[in-house]
Amino acid sequence: MVIVEFLGPINKEPIELDVKSLKELADVLKQDESLKDWLKNSAIAVNDEIVNDIDLKLNDGDKISILPPVCGG
Amino acid sequence: MELYKGALNVESIVAKWYKEISTLNYGAFITFVGTVRSEDNIEALSFDIYEPILKRWFDSWQDRAKKEGAIVKMAHSIGDVKVHESSYIAAVISPKRKTALKLINEFVEDFKANAPIWKYDVINGQRVYAKNRSTPMDGAGLLSEVEND
Repeated sequence: MVIVEFLGPINKEPIELDVKSLKELADVLKQDESLKDWLKNSAIAVNDEIVNDIDLKLNDGDKISILPPVCGG
Repeated sequence: MELYKGALNVESIVAKWYKEISTLNYGAFITFVGTVRSEDNIEALSFDIYEPILKRWFDSWQDRAKKEGAIVKMAHSIGDVKVHESSYIAAVISPKRKTALKLINEFVEDFKANAPIWKYDVINGQRVYAKNRSTPMDGAGLLSEVEND
């Protein structure tokens, strides 16, 4: 199982999923209509590191964070 | 890197940083102080921060500054910051001015683009995500690109 956290304004509780790769995660999250627009412009972190490879494998216990558009300062 | 609940005490934070570095033979100390402006009837801005990734972002900037003999510092607010109060201070300290002037610009711009902080306008006590002023981080859209495969 991996845990998925939705940060900032996405305003959704964390969920646990049984997925083995980011591709599988994308397939599951895309079924949630409320996430569709967020996914288009959100960055993804695995265990607090921003990732850019959709083929990345996920391991049991990984924490995935969904980071929507930012505006600090 | 320092995070504070509510508005920043600019005088004390900047004075503390200055005291830390004033005898270390750096010729330049540049600060950027961000202040909440009164516009669109907002009462305050409010901020959410994801600290683990902000810390990594800041540490990578410290490494980058170090290569040029410089130091970076930042302070940011969590939660509500009223109009005309400060929510963000960035600083670059370096032996010579040119490095500091260049880095302060890059440091603040990259902060705006990639620091994991979310901003809300506070209007009539309600938080409204500042969507139009927000920037997708580098690499955004990774999970929705699959669709086009």
